[in-house]
Amino acid sequence: MIQKEDVVIRVAGESGDGSSATGEMLAQAAARSGLHVFTFRTTPAEIKGGPVMFQVRASNSPVRSMGDAVDVLFAFNREAWDLHQADLAPNAVLLYDPDEFELPVEFAGIAYQVPIGRLAQEAGNRRGKNVVALGVVAALFGLGLNKLEEIVRAKLGKKAELLESNLAALRAGIAYGQQLAKRDPFWMESSGEHDRYVMTGNQAIIAGALHAGVEFFAGYPITPASDIMEGMATILPQIGGGYLQAEDEIAAIMACIGASYGGKRAMTATSGPGLSLMSEGIGYASMTEIPVVIVDAQRGGPSTGLPTKMEQSDLNIALHGGHGDSPRIVLAPASVAECFHLTVWAFNLAEQYQTPVIILSDYSLSFRTETVEPFDLSQYPRVDRLRPTGELAPKQYRRYELTANLISPMVAPGVAYAQYTATGLEHNEFGNPDYTPHNHALMTEKRWGKLAPLQHSRAYVRRFGAERAKVGIICWGTTAGPCRGAVYLASQEDLPVAMLQVQMLSPLPVDAISEFLEQVEIVLVPEVNFQGQFARLLQAELGIKVQSMTKYTGMPFSRLEILRQIHALHGLAEPVLA
Amino acid sequence: MTAVPITSSPVVYKPSDYRSDLKPIWCPGCGDFGVLAAIQQALAAIQVNPKDLAVVSGIGCSSRLPGFLQTYGLHTVHGRALPAAIGLKIARPDLTVMAVGGDGDFFSIGLGHLPHAARRDLDLTVVVMDNAIYGLTKGQTSPTSPRGHVTKSTPYGQSAQPLHPLAIVLASGASFVARGFSSQPKQLAELIRAGLEHRGFAFIHVLSPCVTFYDTYKLYKELVYDLPATHDPSDLDAAMHYAVESERLPLGIFYRRPPLEPLPRPTPKPFDTQAYLNRFRA
Repeated sequence: MIQKEDVVIRVAGESGDGSSATGEMLAQAAARSGLHVFTFRTTPAEIKGGPVMFQVRASNSPVRSMGDAVDVLFAFNREAWDLHQADLAPNAVLLYDPDEFELPVEFAGIAYQVPIGRLAQEAGNRRGKNVVALGVVAALFGLGLNKLEEIVRAKLGKKAELLESNLAALRAGIAYGQQLAKRDPFWMESSGEHDRYVMTGNQAIIAGALHAGVEFFAGYPITPASDIMEGMATILPQIGGGYLQAEDEIAAIMACIGASYGGKRAMTATSGPGLSLMSEGIGYASMTEIPVVIVDAQRGGPSTGLPTKMEQSDLNIALHGGHGDSPRIVLAPASVAECFHLTVWAFNLAEQYQTPVIILSDYSLSFRTETVEPFDLSQYPRVDRLRPTGELAPKQYRRYELTANLISPMVAPGVAYAQYTATGLEHNEFGNPDYTPHNHALMTEKRWGKLAPLQHSRAYVRRFGAERAKVGIICWGTTAGPCRGAVYLASQEDLPVAMLQVQMLSPLPVDAISEFLEQVEIVLVPEVNFQGQFARLLQAELGIKVQSMTKYTGMPFSRLEILRQIHALHGLAEPVLA
Repeated sequence: MTAVPITSSPVVYKPSDYRSDLKPIWCPGCGDFGVLAAIQQALAAIQVNPKDLAVVSGIGCSSRLPGFLQTYGLHTVHGRALPAAIGLKIARPDLTVMAVGGDGDFFSIGLGHLPHAARRDLDLTVVVMDNAIYGLTKGQTSPTSPRGHVTKSTPYGQSAQPLHPLAIVLASGASFVARGFSSQPKQLAELIRAGLEHRGFAFIHVLSPCVTFYDTYKLYKELVYDLPATHDPSDLDAAMHYAVESERLPLGIFYRRPPLEPLPRPTPKPFDTQAYLNRFRA
């Protein structure tokens, strides 16, 4: 038996009934009280109607994944029960509105009747069901109970009369929760307040880009990347930056390339369908050595796929999308904090290596909130692209000069005697078209060779778990969260497991990975896509055989699913969580 | 900028000062030679410093033009000159930015960008060299080829009608719309100059024949005429009337109005990361 240190509360209902807002405010209150939180949500792809859920995992220890089974389900309606009952833990608690549906006969656990509609009505706030629910949940399970009023005031306090009726609904909910005879073991109270941020992945990407000095953004609306564009639309004009809502993703990437050619730090954000359209532009940036940062918040594919679900299935297009041999850098954050870190790196790498950099986020990371320790901003110096120095003589400037490290000084328009034309045609050191066999070989080697040192860097992996182990996990992106959770749970059972999170997928840090391979016998590669795209990459690049573990439901792994596989590889029985 | 010139710039730029050492790849007799010369004339007329000018293009014979100029150039991918030029202009409003290319670039693969560029009305000058044929790919029909046009890609004749590029940009809100002919370089230079001096989206459609795959010199010489002196370029209806004319091909300034006034924007302040992050404190 592994002891639980957290609680997972899921609020589920119908889009528009306030169930998501209940979850959001609960997470906010829990974080403010000093708990670590990690939220997860699903929404319908349609604007009105359809099932929604918002889940809060809270703990006094850091939380890095959505958690395992659901401890507490608040079902606003019968459909919510039907959809989520399969996710319940064996000793889970159900909260339900008896005016909506009767206690399902198949449910044998502890249930509380919470007539939120009626309570809201009695509190004089017919539309306050969600606030009543918030009060009940906090009164029953802790989670920021002392911060609820503050949160409701901040979130719903725009109009005085509405605030009063919302506070009345909240108090009614708290009173109702407190008079219930508590029959379950779940209670999560903070051990003390801390100075932390509560942010979503998209918010952290915006903050990272701004800190890195973004000067231009162009984008096209797409779930789940649109709020990066909306954030940029608000802030860039306030700081003298350029912004464009383009007519399509092709225009967005080309506008970024134009701005970056002009000497400015440029970025776009999209999801899979947009990345497909940007492929030609990314190849052009690679060929012309123009820095640009592209965020791909992955959703389920192919085609329109699952617009409001997560998947890690854009790895192949990020690595290989587009025609020809076009190098690029690909980074993948695993957490909200890493969204900030890696976005700063992305700009610095794009500038330093004069190449496109793709950040692979995903839907779950875009929208989830996490508590984040404050960033030490002194750790993020800004790197600018190499520019020509000294005096330039007419017609002597070599934009693609073959320097020792193959990175060439890049001028921006406005400098005399350095005029050149950037072209997607193969070109010589001066940038002039040159298709001779020798030149194409030389320039291809230049574009790839300048990135080669990154393969030997140790800066783009994170190592967790045991120093040596039978099973070693290699993973990327948000799957690293449940993997770390599984490694932790295994350590609670005295089962050593090693783990390597790869933050840079291209160029692949092969030295660090090779070193890890020395320390383990079996390599387990969990990822959320059908093909095992990362497993194939590792096998191709390192000539090894790995154990691929895939999931393709549009949902992230839980740490228990990973732990189960670890047990299986050790020939152990299924793990049991207390 | 850290780079410092070692010799002082000439006070007066001659048309030849805008030419690079690269020899154009065009066939002898190509209309694009006339357009290149007219652009150099227009640049000399406005005396823009070559270091402060960027010419953006897509793919095609005419899109090679930036390389033949001694200015900054961005030779992008097929059809995408406009979004790249818009990004550059937004990022660097201090630069003079031109977008150049052909009918395949602007009216086929990149047509989707044209109305949006026009309605944004940024200070861009667009020169489209229209030869009504795909030259670089050796002779396929184009969106401005006439109905019935027989080419290698339309052996039984083009069944679609040609589109009217000037009508498209007029309907989309362009603030300067003109047409020139590569065989009338003096008039063309004047039109491009007027476009460069216009502070909004200036669109100059140039009839620029392809001697190799679709020689229209004789035809255009018969069809072209100057817009009457009585034409009022502020009259959108009249401009539209001339824009859809296909029996003959009017040349000159079809339409001109003052560019859009920018909307008020916040006064820029430096970004303070810590102050920004504080809003996310729990």
